[in-house]
Amino acid sequence: METVYLLIPLVCLAAAVLVGLAGQWLGRRAAHSITIGAVAMAFVLSVVVAVEVAGGQRFDGSVYIWAVSDGIQFEIGFLIDQLSAVMMVVVTFVSLMVHVYTIGYMHDDPGYTRFFSYISLFTFAMLMLVMSNNFLQLFFGWEAVGLLSYLLIGFWFERESANFASLKAFLVNRVGDLGFLLGIAAILYVFGSLDYAAVFASAPQHATETMTGILGSQWRWLTIICLLLFVGAMGKSAQVPLHVWLPDSMEGPTPISALIHAATMVTAGIFMVARMSPLFELSQTALSVVLIIGAVTTISMALIALVQNDIKRVVAYSTLSQLGYMTVALGASAYSIAIFHLATHAFFKALLFLAAGSVIIALHHEQDMRRMGALWKRMPVTYLTALIGTLALVGIPPFAGFFSKDAIIEAVALSHTPGAKFAYVVVVAGVFVTALYSFRLIFMVFHGPSRLSEDNRKHARESPWVVTVPLILLAIPSVLAGLVLVGPTLSGHLFGESVMPIDGHGINGYGATDMLVHAWVSLPLWLAIAGIAVAWILYLRSPHAASRIANRFRLLHEILIRKYGVDELYERVFADGGQALGRTLWKFGDRLIIDDTLVNGTAKLVGRLSGVVRSLQTGYVYHYAFAMIIGLVALMSWFLWT
Amino acid sequence: MRLSDLQIWTITPEIIVAIMACAILMIDVAMPERARKTIGFGLTVSTLLLAAIAVVVGQDAGYTIGLYGLVVQDRVSDIAKLGICLITAVALVYGRSYTEERNLLRGEFLALALFGTVGMMVMVSANHLITLYIGLELFSLCLYALIALHRDSAEATEAAMKYFVLGALASGILLYAMSLLYGLTGTLELAGIRQSVSGFSADDLPLAVALILVIVGLLFKLGAVPFHMWVPDVYAGSPTSVTAYLASAPKIAAFVIILRLLAISLEPLLEVWQDMLIAVALLSIGFGNLVAIAQRNMKRMLAYSTISHMGFFLLGILSGDSVGYSAAMLYAVIHAVVSLGVFGCILHFSGEGFEADQLDDYRGLSKTDPWLAFLMLLFMLSLAGVPPTVGFYAKLSVFQAVIGAGLLWVAVPAALFVVVGAFYYLRVVKLMYFDEPVAKTPVRSSAAPLESRALLTVNGLLIIGIMPWIGVIAEACRNAILLVGS
Repeated sequence: METVYLLIPLVCLAAAVLVGLAGQWLGRRAAHSITIGAVAMAFVLSVVVAVEVAGGQRFDGSVYIWAVSDGIQFEIGFLIDQLSAVMMVVVTFVSLMVHVYTIGYMHDDPGYTRFFSYISLFTFAMLMLVMSNNFLQLFFGWEAVGLLSYLLIGFWFERESANFASLKAFLVNRVGDLGFLLGIAAILYVFGSLDYAAVFASAPQHATETMTGILGSQWRWLTIICLLLFVGAMGKSAQVPLHVWLPDSMEGPTPISALIHAATMVTAGIFMVARMSPLFELSQTALSVVLIIGAVTTISMALIALVQNDIKRVVAYSTLSQLGYMTVALGASAYSIAIFHLATHAFFKALLFLAAGSVIIALHHEQDMRRMGALWKRMPVTYLTALIGTLALVGIPPFAGFFSKDAIIEAVALSHTPGAKFAYVVVVAGVFVTALYSFRLIFMVFHGPSRLSEDNRKHARESPWVVTVPLILLAIPSVLAGLVLVGPTLSGHLFGESVMPIDGHGINGYGATDMLVHAWVSLPLWLAIAGIAVAWILYLRSPHAASRIANRFRLLHEILIRKYGVDELYERVFADGGQALGRTLWKFGDRLIIDDTLVNGTAKLVGRLSGVVRSLQTGYVYHYAFAMIIGLVALMSWFLWT
Repeated sequence: MRLSDLQIWTITPEIIVAIMACAILMIDVAMPERARKTIGFGLTVSTLLLAAIAVVVGQDAGYTIGLYGLVVQDRVSDIAKLGICLITAVALVYGRSYTEERNLLRGEFLALALFGTVGMMVMVSANHLITLYIGLELFSLCLYALIALHRDSAEATEAAMKYFVLGALASGILLYAMSLLYGLTGTLELAGIRQSVSGFSADDLPLAVALILVIVGLLFKLGAVPFHMWVPDVYAGSPTSVTAYLASAPKIAAFVIILRLLAISLEPLLEVWQDMLIAVALLSIGFGNLVAIAQRNMKRMLAYSTISHMGFFLLGILSGDSVGYSAAMLYAVIHAVVSLGVFGCILHFSGEGFEADQLDDYRGLSKTDPWLAFLMLLFMLSLAGVPPTVGFYAKLSVFQAVIGAGLLWVAVPAALFVVVGAFYYLRVVKLMYFDEPVAKTPVRSSAAPLESRALLTVNGLLIIGIMPWIGVIAEACRNAILLVGS
């Protein structure tokens, strides 16, 4: 099986390298055939592995020792268990769908082969990340997906805004990665190993170890480690306050938004925390921080989605909000539910993005929802699949999102982590807001009066089959994944020992039927239906109501439009402040002290000294002889002295 | 007493060169004017090559005392003699057209060069203070005359005069030191001196005076601060072909006499002379590098550069163990080869009425003569000690030895002055590669004889440190020194 494990990421790497280096020469057809073939193979093998894992097989071992330093081994190794198997299937499936979809979406793009090379390489990096059995390889995958995200956001690099967005994503992720790296360093320091198994095994022994911070305060090492790791997760999974890069990343091509910025890479933080659950379980402080950050992200980002008019940005803010849901689940120690939601979300959010992309190509890169409307007749497949995705997102039974979201809400209700009461209120309120902005999108794009431009009015029609087939294929799990997986997830069979089990929450043992029955007497479902109803009133029945409300609550509206001013704050404080600091250091530190004083100053001093010493060479023989005698006398007297 | 006891073959190379030098003098008289230059020159170079072959054929893996204790043959002397013969021969080839153009290529020039070579080889073979002194004086006297051979040049005459006066003073000091040593130990043989000296206490005053006088005499020949004053004047004033001769091979001979006299015979006094050499070495490195910056004359700049290189050479010696001695030996050999190349470049660049000794002459050389500029670049990088040139390995081994001897504080300022030194070496590179050529500069390297240009190219290739010879030489030096030590 080891060969199969190795083959899954490497086949993607090989395809990426081949197409990346020889893309021009191979041509477009060969380029997409090779990469799609590779990813399809990875997907099939992942399913094989998942079946094996479901049969009880497990693997944890290294395949290659990269370096040994001071007794610490740096290895490439795989940990294949239920958690990584689920992630591998999700990643390769969504990646495969996106690959196929790209043929249609990027059809006229001059960077066609480069794009395929990048997404294949991304798949490789993501697989390395989820399959890793040690922190070093995890970090490698983490950074590699970050790099690919940067390259793909800035894929249309001749656009100024794309460059800005890619740079912003990269820089914000630096902040998170710094925390992550420090966390890994702290693990190496405390545990003396980078191997998951070794670290988790000895974690309870180190649970009470403390370090002395400033002013003699005592800090538990595990809390520090977990908080630092979570800073990394905040960067990658775009949690407040490191969320600012994700909306801007929509500058990238839409397939990328679906693959990287909805389904896979942004969930790496969630995956990582779930993977580290044996550590997080030992620190209630860290869990509480995770819970509250997740809750804040959930509601604040959902509210912004209400006022966005760019179709992709609505979906992007929805992603942020859903990532908040997953983080809340982590904070409530319901790791398996978080991964469950990650999986269902990957399907329906990728579907929504691809549907949005389908609309965008049909309307020749028009992204403003105010110039859409009544598209459901022109694009029936896109409409139906988008509707399925939206129902899943909103949490209407029996669609996938219902089960995972309801499980999260139940887990939070039963959680004893400090802050759980606040989080519960937030996630329940979030259901209403989610329904509102989701159906706002559906109504504005597909229903109501047509507000299309003259040109689009003539040409808008359903996308080609390479676009619609992935939509349909993604719609299937968006409907079924919850129904099928919820039982095994809650009973603990799905993830087994690979994440910490959800003991004591009272929801293990629930099945799909129980939840379907229970939903009709619980608050979230009625809130969701209320959200849909409100959206219908505001955006279909009385189209002017929305702007009247906006005018009434102008301040609130303005705050949401300005996204709470976080972007401006960062630009003022960090970007401008950083530049000012840099300029000051350059002027005083670099130019004045280093250049003028140290470098040129020494050079000048040496030059002057050289001129002085040179004058000793007078050219007179008796001076020469005199110097010799002085030297002789000096040596003599030195000897006599010492 | 039988002739076979003399072990006369220990000095076969010296005998060959000495006889041929006399022969060339006589042939020169008998020859017609036209044939003189070619035949005389050819004979001289073949003599040196013959001597080199004789060294290789007669090489001795052991330690043979000859002429009843006057001379010795061992690995060190074999390597040194081989180096001296080959380097001198190459120096003569490089300088041929230059010397010819100045009408200096006469029998005297060739004979003096050969006699000087004999002097160097005798120094190398010396196992006896008298032999050592005779070798030294024979070489010095030849050199005075060689410098002064360019009678029309005021600079050359002045340089010869200064060198002669100061050299006489230094010889006097050295001779006085030898007489003191003889008085104290009762022997002139180096091995005997060592035996006897180890019986003295380290703070014995007469012995210390003798030691200091020996050091002063040797340091003068080496050109270390503060006994360096003659070096710039002699380097700059001599005809460049003579500078090439005196800047290369003699460094190897100087290494051997310092090794035999200081490092072996007077090793029991290591504590005393180590401190003195540290002071002298650091002064040389600092002073040489500093003053070189202020020079506009290429040959003077190289003279100061040599002073600083002698400081590095002394660092190896003062480490006081076999690692240090072999590092110093490697340094001497490499410096001789690199100096040979640098002056070779100057000789190829200069022409009739054009000395090519001003830094400004080198402006834009890369455009007018890329081949020469590239070779010069290699030599300059090697002098500066930039990897992967051999100059880097030479400095590296010296630093290793010094740090190995626990003298880190000596190595640090020395290393800092390497940075200072890099300035003026790189300035030459900058002039050649980044400045515009001066219109009047004549280009004549292509006019030089083919064999000379080929040799210079080989010389330049040797400087690239990835060539295997550096390892071979380093290994040979190490083995030779280990043998002497036992």
